[in-house]
Amino acid sequence: MAILVINDERISTNLPEDTPLLWFLRDHLGLTGTKFGCGMALCGACTVHVDGEPVRSCITPIGSVAGKDVTTIEGLSKTGEHQVQQAWLAEDVPQCGYCQSGMIMAAAALLAKTPKPTDRDIDGAMDGLICRCGTYNRIRRAIHTAAAMTPAPAAPAAPAPRSAAPGKPAASSPRSAPTAAPRKGG
Amino acid sequence: MADPTSHAKTRAPAPALAPTLTPPLDPPLTPPLTPPLDPPLDPAPGPRAAPRPGRRAFLESTAALAGGLVLGFWLPPGGTRVAQAQSAPTPFAPNAFLRIAPDGTVTVMCNKSEMGQGVYTAFAMLVAEELEADWSKIRVEAAPNDAKLYGHPQFGMQFTGGSMSVTSEWDRLRQAGAAAREMLVSAAARTWGVARSACRAENGAVLGPDGKRLGYGELAAAAGRLEVPKEVALKPPSAFRVIGKPTKRVDSRDKVTGRAQFGLDVRREGMLTALVARPPAFGATVKDFRADKVEGIPGVRAVVKIPQGVAVVASSFWAAKQGRDALEVEWDTSAADLVSTAAQRARFAELAKTPGLPAKRAGDADKALAGAAKQLAAEYDVPYLAHAPMEPLNVVVALEPDGCEVWTGTQMQTGDAAAIARLTGIAPERIRIHTTLLGGGFGRRASSSADFVVEALYVAHAVSRGTNKALVRVVWTREDDIRGGYYRPQWHSRIAAGLDAAGMPVAWKHTVVGQSILDGTPFAGMIKDGVDATSVEGAADLPYAVPNVAVDLHSPKVGVPVLWWRSVGHSHTAFVVESFVDELAHAAGRDPVAYRRALLAAHPRHLAVLELAAEKAGWGKPLPKGSARGVAVHESFGSRVAQVAEVTVEGGRVRVTRVVCAVDCGLPVNPDGIRAQMESAIAYGLSAALHGAITLKDGRVEQSNFHDYPVLRLSEMPAVEVHIVPSTDRPTGVGEPGTPPIAPAVANAVFAATGKRLRALPLRVA
Repeated sequence: MAILVINDERISTNLPEDTPLLWFLRDHLGLTGTKFGCGMALCGACTVHVDGEPVRSCITPIGSVAGKDVTTIEGLSKTGEHQVQQAWLAEDVPQCGYCQSGMIMAAAALLAKTPKPTDRDIDGAMDGLICRCGTYNRIRRAIHTAAAMTPAPAAPAAPAPRSAAPGKPAASSPRSAPTAAPRKGG
Repeated sequence: MADPTSHAKTRAPAPALAPTLTPPLDPPLTPPLTPPLDPPLDPAPGPRAAPRPGRRAFLESTAALAGGLVLGFWLPPGGTRVAQAQSAPTPFAPNAFLRIAPDGTVTVMCNKSEMGQGVYTAFAMLVAEELEADWSKIRVEAAPNDAKLYGHPQFGMQFTGGSMSVTSEWDRLRQAGAAAREMLVSAAARTWGVARSACRAENGAVLGPDGKRLGYGELAAAAGRLEVPKEVALKPPSAFRVIGKPTKRVDSRDKVTGRAQFGLDVRREGMLTALVARPPAFGATVKDFRADKVEGIPGVRAVVKIPQGVAVVASSFWAAKQGRDALEVEWDTSAADLVSTAAQRARFAELAKTPGLPAKRAGDADKALAGAAKQLAAEYDVPYLAHAPMEPLNVVVALEPDGCEVWTGTQMQTGDAAAIARLTGIAPERIRIHTTLLGGGFGRRASSSADFVVEALYVAHAVSRGTNKALVRVVWTREDDIRGGYYRPQWHSRIAAGLDAAGMPVAWKHTVVGQSILDGTPFAGMIKDGVDATSVEGAADLPYAVPNVAVDLHSPKVGVPVLWWRSVGHSHTAFVVESFVDELAHAAGRDPVAYRRALLAAHPRHLAVLELAAEKAGWGKPLPKGSARGVAVHESFGSRVAQVAEVTVEGGRVRVTRVVCAVDCGLPVNPDGIRAQMESAIAYGLSAALHGAITLKDGRVEQSNFHDYPVLRLSEMPAVEVHIVPSTDRPTGVGEPGTPPIAPAVANAVFAATGKRLRALPLRVA
């Protein structure tokens, strides 16, 4: 039995430990704000925070996050007032909106570590996430807009890592290996 | 912990129909049914239950609860408007587009699917403009499926596509708002006992003499008892307060908080989840399958054969996924089309050397070509493309013996409902489609064959084990999406032109080869004299002044399912035509903008966007070495778009750094929405221009996910400037027209930068 801490709530489950966090959140907890896009950490739609780090929940086994703080879009702020969400509204970023939970979680994690990110920082943090509607320029603008705001005092985006020792969660790499494979005909 | 699906663990008893079933893993319950000529799914329909309350009663009860005003119109084809508004409990008029609750909330019923294009916002603006609504009190809901109430004013079907939502509802929605406003004003005048002319509507209220004021919510019940005005004069554009103003989306807040409900977010009590193992090659069928390794997987409830493959049904996605991974299916590929991309390209190229069906004839292209001072010829190729919306396809089906409810993000409500009715025999009024938000559509969710809904229906039927009662959702993985067909067709073009001594074209001969999207679908009747207009749109209507034009079409049949992909035929014709015009300009030694300008005198709107984009882009001004500009201009869905792309080519890699876009889409309803759609269409087109290709080898799709079907990422997104031509003409398309010009603009820029003419997508410099 694993104990998970999701949006500040302790939850126990006897699901197999290799169950992906994404499907535990969606199918078992009803937290559907975290999206399924690729299942291979290639698109970032499933991004959540684990101890403040952006993690692709689709390839993160629940067993690997036992006892760690998991924050989903539902837990980022109570009423959508997190600075990133405010900036997203100010720039009217979403189109279809399906990727935006992941985008916002990735952006919040970036700003927690790097309060005034450069365009290069933004590229680094956001290039592992896909938006098929092409809202990328508004995403970039919104991150700069959010950076210019005073962070909300209670923003849970940047909980201090509990321990400096553990390595990054396996799923935190913004792009996993398959992307680097040579492109056909390239 | 509560497992929302755990109560579904009791398996339905195996019915007598299938006595050989071995629980819990079942072979098919019924012989596979092959659409479209199936008997009803129900093998022995019993007496139908009494009809349940229909849509009208539903609306009635909803509004009765709200006690507000429901306003509707019914526009008989070519006839006069019959309209009425009534308060509960008297019957409501059909076709309700708005209702007003006692608290003043205005709910706009949107008959178009919101897939990111901003139609909820645009439609709310159309209603609010004439209603004089308080914008903060506007809500938008997806309309239920009902072609009579919510179908396209001309085509009758309820669907979203062809970039035609705003243009098709431009009059009807404004009329709905205007009539409601008139009734609210009349209601206020009667309430106060003053002349109607002494009252006016403003910001969600009616204002009368001596500071009298009543909010719309307070007036709704009284207004609902009045006659609907037969004809209301609409505002001239000069009086617009809402239309034409950059307006924030009505759905953004839900989309930044995770509350927005997409199809995949639908959760129903008792719902099972199924994944389908589909054939490895299009046209292959199930020969046999072994499910013994699936049996031990917790949560798996059934394995059922359906015409499309084998479905693993479980209590959750992950259980179904593991079950499908463990499933062993032996496929019969004898009927499969074992397409290989390279061979198909060669076959298309051979076909292009032969005369096709005439799609366009002007003058005598062959003769003019032969007599031209200079001749140019080229071949162009574009690949199959998957739409790859971020939300993979998914459908929830609640099947009952006498009814069917579906929750899905669809662009094709009428087609889906018709397919369900055809397959089940269920009366159309008992088929309810709940349109959720769409996590991207791009055409994939406008399935002319209703493929994903029909498949889910088969799964539900199989799961029901003869009871015709099941609640199941079918979820596609990304791999299922990329390999699942319904692609933008692979196209080959063979094109030639003859120039006169001054370098101007006197002959244009273009042969297009590729699959028809309409062939074999319920839309096949739109094919005229063998020519599917969607194959040659953007080519057969060449805007350039060329006296002798011949456009031919070959529509070879291939077993790969194809479908409309954002901008449909224009997605390939603009690339060919705009690249080739650039080739002509180069051959003539002319500047690409000046050359086009000389040939577009008869098309002032093309000319205007071309000039605007060129001017704003600084056309002709120097750029650093290795960088260059390219231009393209194209009309689609009634709108003209010109784009100037700036590219840098480094080490064989094309980097698009800036795109200047000029668009004439008639009267701009929501300028910020138009900007967003141009940005979006450019990004979507760049994915195809730089990355996208679905290839097949021996019938098998070689790509599977975003690692081998890459799409544009944030670091590759160019700066985009959008300039909108002011206009008071009826609005035209916005969702798609920004896509066609980007690939040729980039290809033309690559040529300007490197001297290399790239005639195939995706663009490869090395």
